[in-house]
Amino acid sequence: MITTAVAEREHYLNASYGIKSWLLTKDHKRIALLYLATITLFFFLGGAFATLIRIELLTPQGGLVSSETYNKLFTMHGVTMIFFFLIPSIPATLGNFFLPMMIGARDLAFPRINLLSWYLLVVGGLLALFAMLAGGVDTGWTFYTPYSTTYSNSWVIATALGIFVAGFSSILTGLNFIVTVHRMRAPGMTWFRMPLFIWSMYATSLIQVLGTPVLAVTLVLVFCERVFHIGIFDPALGGDPVLFQHLFWFYSHPAVYIMILPAMGVISEIISVFSRKPVFGYAFVAFSSVAIAVVGFLVWGHHLFVSTQSVYAGMVFSFLSYFVAIPSAIKVFNWTATLYKGSISYATPMLYAFGFIGLFTIGGLTGLFVASLGIDVHVTDTYFVIAHFHYIMVGGAIMAYMGGLHYWWPKMTGRMYPEGWARLSALVIFLGFNLTFFPQFILGYLGMPRRYHVYPDEFQVLHVLSTAGASVLAVGYLMPMIYFIWSLRYGAVAPANPWGATGLEWKTASPPPVENFEETPVVTHEAYDYSTVMGEVIEVG
Amino acid sequence: MKLASQAHVHAETLARREQFDTAEQQRDASTLGMWVFLITEIMFFGGMFLAYSVYRTFYPQVFAVASSSMNAVIGATNTGVLLCSSFTMVMAVRAAQLGQRKAIITFLILTLLLGLAFLGLKGYEWTLKFEEHHVPGPSFHLDGVDMQGPAQIFFSLYFAMTGLHALHMVVGVGILTWLLIATYKGKFTAEYMTPVDIAGLYWHFVDIIWIFLFPLLYLIDRHLK
Amino acid sequence: MGSLPLFPEQASTFAPEVDHLLYYLLAVAVFFTVAIFGAIFYFAIRYRRRSDRELPLVIHGGLTLEILWSVIPFGLTMVMFTWGASIFFNESRPPADALQIYVVGKQWMWKLQHLEGQREINELHIPLGRAVRLTMTSEDVIHSFFVPAFRTKEDVVPGRYSTTWFQPTKPGKYHLFCAEYCGTRHSGMIGWVYVMEPRDYENWLNGGAPSGSLADQGAKLFESLACSNCHKPDGSGRCPTLVGLYGKNVQLASGATVKADEGYIRESILQPTAKIVAGYQPLMPTFQGLVTEEGVLQLVEYIKSLGPQPGAPAGASVPVAAPNKR
Repeated sequence: MITTAVAEREHYLNASYGIKSWLLTKDHKRIALLYLATITLFFFLGGAFATLIRIELLTPQGGLVSSETYNKLFTMHGVTMIFFFLIPSIPATLGNFFLPMMIGARDLAFPRINLLSWYLLVVGGLLALFAMLAGGVDTGWTFYTPYSTTYSNSWVIATALGIFVAGFSSILTGLNFIVTVHRMRAPGMTWFRMPLFIWSMYATSLIQVLGTPVLAVTLVLVFCERVFHIGIFDPALGGDPVLFQHLFWFYSHPAVYIMILPAMGVISEIISVFSRKPVFGYAFVAFSSVAIAVVGFLVWGHHLFVSTQSVYAGMVFSFLSYFVAIPSAIKVFNWTATLYKGSISYATPMLYAFGFIGLFTIGGLTGLFVASLGIDVHVTDTYFVIAHFHYIMVGGAIMAYMGGLHYWWPKMTGRMYPEGWARLSALVIFLGFNLTFFPQFILGYLGMPRRYHVYPDEFQVLHVLSTAGASVLAVGYLMPMIYFIWSLRYGAVAPANPWGATGLEWKTASPPPVENFEETPVVTHEAYDYSTVMGEVIEVG
Repeated sequence: MKLASQAHVHAETLARREQFDTAEQQRDASTLGMWVFLITEIMFFGGMFLAYSVYRTFYPQVFAVASSSMNAVIGATNTGVLLCSSFTMVMAVRAAQLGQRKAIITFLILTLLLGLAFLGLKGYEWTLKFEEHHVPGPSFHLDGVDMQGPAQIFFSLYFAMTGLHALHMVVGVGILTWLLIATYKGKFTAEYMTPVDIAGLYWHFVDIIWIFLFPLLYLIDRHLK
Repeated sequence: MGSLPLFPEQASTFAPEVDHLLYYLLAVAVFFTVAIFGAIFYFAIRYRRRSDRELPLVIHGGLTLEILWSVIPFGLTMVMFTWGASIFFNESRPPADALQIYVVGKQWMWKLQHLEGQREINELHIPLGRAVRLTMTSEDVIHSFFVPAFRTKEDVVPGRYSTTWFQPTKPGKYHLFCAEYCGTRHSGMIGWVYVMEPRDYENWLNGGAPSGSLADQGAKLFESLACSNCHKPDGSGRCPTLVGLYGKNVQLASGATVKADEGYIRESILQPTAKIVAGYQPLMPTFQGLVTEEGVLQLVEYIKSLGPQPGAPAGASVPVAAPNKR
């Protein structure tokens, strides 16, 4: 409910009322909020699974749940978080809301397909939810064969179907973004005047469009194998179980870049605004996004180093994996250099950006460990890998998402969130996260395998530390839930440009009108030119 | 001025598509959108083509026997049918560019009939396969090979790939039907025929997939026993 | 609760090599982590916003800097690659005189077989100071044989053999874990590797295996399955002789050549028409379903024990000039 202060002016939230005006909307901003609600639900569902897992791992012999249930918990945690939270998160919420605005467009190229994308995510999610409630699935989110096709007695087909449908949501969003960026930029908005967030979203969309169909067809084959017992992946019938792994990872490795590239785009925006300087090395950051998308398709075999893949293939994939690390490193250096002689604000979005750079650096550096064949033989399928990808997905992607939510909250809702509580939450999340996942690096190198319900006694202390951290992290995530909702009614009314940012989205009211801009903007200057948004200035640096 | 007259003629079109500034922008966006979609379809079918290629390499003799058991006459006929349908589709697009409503309808009907002929022949071929016990399942048996497992893999991939292709044909038939109705109602002019254009792209794509499927499934190693 | 190990024991020749690479990686990681954290911390404080009217000077970027911080990290990573690849390459080349052990994984246990006939479940006794080569397969789903103290791991896949090797350097008892999720009792599919002084190992071996050595068991199976009806030692049967087969290059009817390793022998038993030897007919029936994976391993060991053909130089091809019998 919007208070009277804002209700006088018409904007996208109050222009029409009623459930049909939301469920049949073509407005990208409303669709973004529909997505926001949906993925937040899935986030807390995935978080609930994680909570149960971490509680169970407090003791070496378990006791809270049976092994069967535990196996379902970690499977469903992975499926929910990856397919129904992380992959849609930034693109479908912040991307949907702001990509058209940042390039000066009234909407995406295909608004009705945008709405269809949301419905597909919901249907896919309901299918997966049905599988979870009907008894769960216990194959791991990676569905390795022949366990998933021949041996598992769980709801594999329903889950696979849910992911299949959600995959089309992802493909259509990517398609929409690509066409929008190519064809709907405002006059004067050349490629190199686009904000870096757009470059990241574009690169992400390339991956979504090219990679997801391969996952779709892989799931179709798993479905056929399970229903018709045809033997494509079953060695007893002449099939090859490792072929599944190749097909699966051909999508699932680029998928991790779907999850991190948008986050990097958000960070570029935040670092720039809250240093009040253009991002250092704009062209390098822009091109590195595209480089990550392209090279990311060439490294899937690094998930198969010990799978009986040939030694030579392993070497090629290891070599290429180092290539994909370099563009990410370039970004980290450029972001850090942006801070040099800047005017640094400690607003909450910036705190999340600092956290992102630190944690993504650690996560990315540990990626270098697993890319090295000799080390990976020892640490693959252990907690080391779990720690590595959680540093990137949670310490990286989710922190960037939180930063973006705080940054753009005033624009989306017309309200400011409470800064004190927000900074505290950011700190709690940072500390809780590190306590949860740093011990897991040690656990992994010690040899604690993944997906273990029970474990040898000597690993307990590290697991207890990890669970303690998880409880802190949970508190850290609950706090924004509460104060964001609080702010909708009681938060300070937000001006059009509370941060002094330069993007086109800040040139319109908060919240924006339905058509985004009163007239189509014409762009005449580079991105991140802060002299254009400030009155009297004191020059520094 | 060109822009103004377009805006005048297509006020109805643009009103439905508020996000675009000009008809040209709308047309460009729709066309690019269809091309991007077709690329995703290539990746989708590509996964199956890859699986097929891998197993062909593992079991060349079994796949050769299986290929030889396919009915190349039906396959070749279907190839001819689809190629003709692409031709009639091109003619339909050409007619739309020239604003010739009657010609559009004629050529769309021909394309539709050819598409239905393809589907009919494919259905007939599948019933033959059923009678020959080449459908994967408990009663599967391929003569001339020891290892029934890989033979079953061939036919699983055959049915999956041609089934997926047929599904796309059915969608194509649905799109053609919608186009026919829209043309009949006078929705398209020489200036606005984008849906016909992009439907043509889709139809050609489905044709091209078949052009790859036919030699891979029916022709390679055909006489090798 | 109580003990807090932070680093695994080193119990194989690979372990120190892997750990040294780890130290290099750690050094690079710590350096860059400290550098980035430090820079952010320093810049954030030194350049903190003092007035809302501040406008920093624009610094767009510098090509030299971009090149430097691309090339130097790339160089550092190439060391990581080369070093790791060389360890990996060694891990794929067991020494010729390695002690051979066979492993069959199944839900949810490890079955290990010594050549002398001893069978173990979830335990592996091996002697100190000698290379050990494991040839492994699964009866059902994919598993993975992981010994953290040795720093080795390899997936165990149904339908094929995979190999790994290690040379233990310290007597003791070390965790064995299954490291590929395989169903309900995945975390229960664990055991121990016992590294013993050579004399203790001999004593343990002499504890005896009632059924005789693996090769002896294979010989019995060879007879009971009537393999010797066709595979005669002098090559006079309808099928090639198996004497001296193991390790040789075999000419196939398709024109290709293949090395007769364990995987080839296994495939020949379970999918005989996959590769036909040149000059012979595809007469052999499949034994899939008639022999277990363990039985196949026994047959493999038996065939390996049939040694080189008398008079044939090492490394020669198996003679193909067999009369074309129908």
